[in-house]
Amino acid sequence: MHIHEYQAKSLFACHGIPILASHLVVVGDDIESVCASIEKRAWIAKAQVHAGGRGKAGGVVRVDDPSELASVVTNMLGTSLVTKQTGEMGLPVNSILLEEVIEIEREIYLALLVDRGSKQIAIIASAEGGMDIEQVAQKTPEKIVTHFIHPAAGLQLNQIRNIGYALKLEKNQHSQLQEILFNLYHLFVSNDCSLVEINPLIVDANGNLIALDAKINIDDNALHRQQDIQEFRDISQENISEAHAEKLGLNYIKLDGNIGCIVNGAGLAMATMDLVKHHGGEPANFLDVGGGATQSKVAEAFKLVLSDDNVKSIFVNIFGGIVRCDLIAQGILDAIQEVELSIPVTVLLQGTNAAEGKKLLENQSAKIIPVSTLTEGAMQAVMLANT
Amino acid sequence: MSILISNNTRVLCQGITGTQGSFHSQQAIAYGTQVVAGVTPGRGGTAHLELPVYDTIDQALESHAVDASVIYVPAPFAADAILEAVYAGIKIIVCITEGVPVLDMIKVNAVLRNSHSLLIGPNCPGVITPGECKIGIMPGEIHRPGNIGIVSRSGTLTYVAVNQTTQHGLGQTTCVGIGGDPIHGLDFLDCLQLFEDDEATQGIIMVGEIGGTAEEEAAEFIQEKVTKPVVAYIAGVTAPPGKRMGHAGAIISGGKGTAEQKFLALEKAGVTTVHSPADIGEHMSMLINA
Repeated sequence: MHIHEYQAKSLFACHGIPILASHLVVVGDDIESVCASIEKRAWIAKAQVHAGGRGKAGGVVRVDDPSELASVVTNMLGTSLVTKQTGEMGLPVNSILLEEVIEIEREIYLALLVDRGSKQIAIIASAEGGMDIEQVAQKTPEKIVTHFIHPAAGLQLNQIRNIGYALKLEKNQHSQLQEILFNLYHLFVSNDCSLVEINPLIVDANGNLIALDAKINIDDNALHRQQDIQEFRDISQENISEAHAEKLGLNYIKLDGNIGCIVNGAGLAMATMDLVKHHGGEPANFLDVGGGATQSKVAEAFKLVLSDDNVKSIFVNIFGGIVRCDLIAQGILDAIQEVELSIPVTVLLQGTNAAEGKKLLENQSAKIIPVSTLTEGAMQAVMLANT
Repeated sequence: MSILISNNTRVLCQGITGTQGSFHSQQAIAYGTQVVAGVTPGRGGTAHLELPVYDTIDQALESHAVDASVIYVPAPFAADAILEAVYAGIKIIVCITEGVPVLDMIKVNAVLRNSHSLLIGPNCPGVITPGECKIGIMPGEIHRPGNIGIVSRSGTLTYVAVNQTTQHGLGQTTCVGIGGDPIHGLDFLDCLQLFEDDEATQGIIMVGEIGGTAEEEAAEFIQEKVTKPVVAYIAGVTAPPGKRMGHAGAIISGGKGTAEQKFLALEKAGVTTVHSPADIGEHMSMLINA
């Protein structure tokens, strides 16, 4: 789960990680009076959306003249912000974080994340933080240092010292880094994070380390034991269809193509999209109805896919394991009666009782085309979308 | 021959009285798997599916010899269940449960490294040696005893590969679903080594996915250590990049992890790659009969 920068910073504050003075403005606030009530100084207005690339998209605005603050906030709040990560619809800016402007001496990169390779939590740090950190990682990987935290030993002082020297910190900053890293590690573990990133961690004019940005991802699998974090969920930042699908137990991601895909299992769903593309089509979505597909889930999946007006043809690809294909076939027939199907549906059933399932679908409707192989199915679905 | 499990494998089921544990244990028994006992804390002394149920694994081991344990307990308790099996000295532990917190798996992994246990999963279909032993949720009837080893990160996509090898008359020695979670037990390298060492296995099918660098590492391993023909498919060429937060993931994977990168690494290592899952069986068949 993603959380907003201001929520991440509230966790930083709770765990003793230094942040800047700030005020949050939300939709519905009296903007004029909020801006009048805060200190007259330069502020940075930061749109709170669940996406990166805010700075380059105009979602982070520096306001030097206090008299202009209210109008900047008014222009930004309640709008949609389109960044390279949001898609063309953008994400609603329902809150803005106003943060004091300070002088920056240096920008450092610091992150903790769950690392698949080492099967441990990794700390990544670089003396060259800021917006181009991925370029730094690609072109000069030696400027990135990585340390792994053994779950039994925890974060060790020797690791912190090494990171401090790699970051070329001043003497008094080593103790600051030590406190920040111990606190970050504790925050990470106690809140079931999968990522905590500070980019940049800055050195201010007085030589102090301060977290200027904060990104935190929480492990969805651990939300059951993170009641407080659940409160941070902001549905407005999620795609409506995707959130609806999640409630139904379907894993759905909308894409831009015109061939709707209904598949059981995430791997097979990805493979089905690849296959559609391989045969010259464009998938309209990723949709995994779950390894144990049921009739009712298939029916809901149909409604969801058909709610996308771009869809011109549907490819159903079910591998019947524990769930029998004849039951799935019946589910498809029930679903299309309910939704008044107007576009062609190519159906591939494999596995348990596949032949019986296919037989059920034959001669039922001109819109349903049962097929026998993956290749035949993908080619058929692509052809039908283009006619 | 086969890897990991055979008709001699005696299986214990943790969470046998739950819906999933109950259903899949029935299926496993019907397939011919030697399921010897179940464990559900608080249900010790009862019987389920005509099998004795114990409160703890240690209690079960007083009366039964056990080679493998399969776990169907709910996600919040899955790590505890895995560690109970590790502490009890069970050799093969198969965790089917989906949704285990990743920080739990970090701790489990640290304990596993100093143990004699092998973990398969979590969030996986399990492992099957066709005609002998089925531990997990895969449909038994699509498998046939044969000479192909299959290792996969996916569930249903594995069944597609299995089905094709069956249809091409090759069959399988053993099929291992290693699971799709970021941190899991047995990985591609472990399984590739086991298949390489297994006399009955003549060819290996590897089914990967985008994300992580396991396939790239497998490619290097194959180049150095694997003499048998390998066919690989990677799902996710068209997968959307997603709403990625932050840079850390990209930095630590160093530009690896995309389907293209994985295909490239595997091809460099001399692996036969297929860009359509429909071609897996045919290409394996051509390599074997060449």
